[in-house]
Amino acid sequence: MFHLRDKKLADEIVSKIKKFDVNLKFMHVCGTHQDTLVKHGLDSLFYDCGIKIGQGPGCPVCVTTPKEIEEMLLLAKKGKIVATFGDMIRVPGLKKSLQSMKEEGFDVRTVYGVEDAVDVALKNPKKDVVFMAVGFETTTPMTASVLTDNPPGNFSILCCHRVIPPALKAILDMGELKLDGFIEPGHVSTIIGLKKYEFISKKYNIPQVIAGFEPIDLLMAVWMLVVQVQKGEAKVENEYFRAVNYEGNVKAKNVINEVFEVCDLNWRGFPVIPQSGLKLREKFRIYDARELFEDDLEELKDIKFDGPKGCLCGEVLRGLISSKECPLFGTKCNPENPIGPCMVSSEGSCNIEFRYLNY
Amino acid sequence: MCLAIPGKIVEIDKDKDHGIVDYGDGTKRKVNITLVDVKIGDYVLVHAGFAIQIIDEKEALETLDLFREIISNSEES
Repeated sequence: MFHLRDKKLADEIVSKIKKFDVNLKFMHVCGTHQDTLVKHGLDSLFYDCGIKIGQGPGCPVCVTTPKEIEEMLLLAKKGKIVATFGDMIRVPGLKKSLQSMKEEGFDVRTVYGVEDAVDVALKNPKKDVVFMAVGFETTTPMTASVLTDNPPGNFSILCCHRVIPPALKAILDMGELKLDGFIEPGHVSTIIGLKKYEFISKKYNIPQVIAGFEPIDLLMAVWMLVVQVQKGEAKVENEYFRAVNYEGNVKAKNVINEVFEVCDLNWRGFPVIPQSGLKLREKFRIYDARELFEDDLEELKDIKFDGPKGCLCGEVLRGLISSKECPLFGTKCNPENPIGPCMVSSEGSCNIEFRYLNY
Repeated sequence: MCLAIPGKIVEIDKDKDHGIVDYGDGTKRKVNITLVDVKIGDYVLVHAGFAIQIIDEKEALETLDLFREIISNSEES
């Protein structure tokens, strides 16, 4: 739609980055960034410039916990119509996935968005329809918006929404890896703006750049990070200025705040991350599947769930290893037969690595 | 999942809650526009059936020029 390719400029940026002669490690938290990096060979190009870029916990499907998957599977088993995004349906649970339950005849619907799930509820007034609401700040406003629009009484959500900045803080607090900068997710930032990231740069003295999704965006973002490092600066900069402004989308933020409140929440591969989850405010709990179907979900209440045996999605999501370093990668675990969610989701780093690098 | 596609608003429904977005490749789809204040002709980012932000057309068109300027200024500093 907008032509954002210019080889000469790209070469110029790369040559400038090379001149700095650095040895740095950056993290991004967005599957679409990972897709651009691998698809266009930017990851190896940056590597040659002395810069390693890893994907952190930036794939909503990947960070959804085994327990949340089991909740959805159980609700399907108990006769609800369950609806969610395509990637989510293929994530393996302990024994089954929503896909395999669908093949067994349970009513599992793939939807493009939450409005489609409301349509399913309207068309099936005698059935309970549960939408598995996954996603970061980019996706949460949609869920919030339909809940303020009086959805039918047979519609509810299993809330798995999460927020990004506390996860960045958790990565730094855990101290498992030394990072020199964050590339922040452009579309999350269209909603939240710049302010929510500022405490991270202040507290941890780490540069951050919000980036778009064209190759030239990532080249610029990395150059901007390197410049900050060289100058000894640590601030939040916005490379994706055509779509992100300082305040973000105020309407979207307001509707999120009207419907949800923050809570502490587990992420796959992480301990509980303070203030990183969202739960429905009291007024909207009539749409909370966990309250509505508490009895159905009772059997999962005190069970501790581990991820699949041998799966290192947790380490991948914490940026400790690359996908290729997981012993299951490309052998037992592949897109046809995924063991962990990072191989299922088109935004998961294992799936992206496998798809573009011809395993 | 956080993928968002740019498109142009070509119609707005009477209810003002939805509009038609043209993605420029022959694809047109109905999207929810309640999260943005748009008019026909605006460019938006669409995610999961909702327009989530207006793209500043001028800045989008000038992005490469701005990058060139920033990069060349960096030589002078």
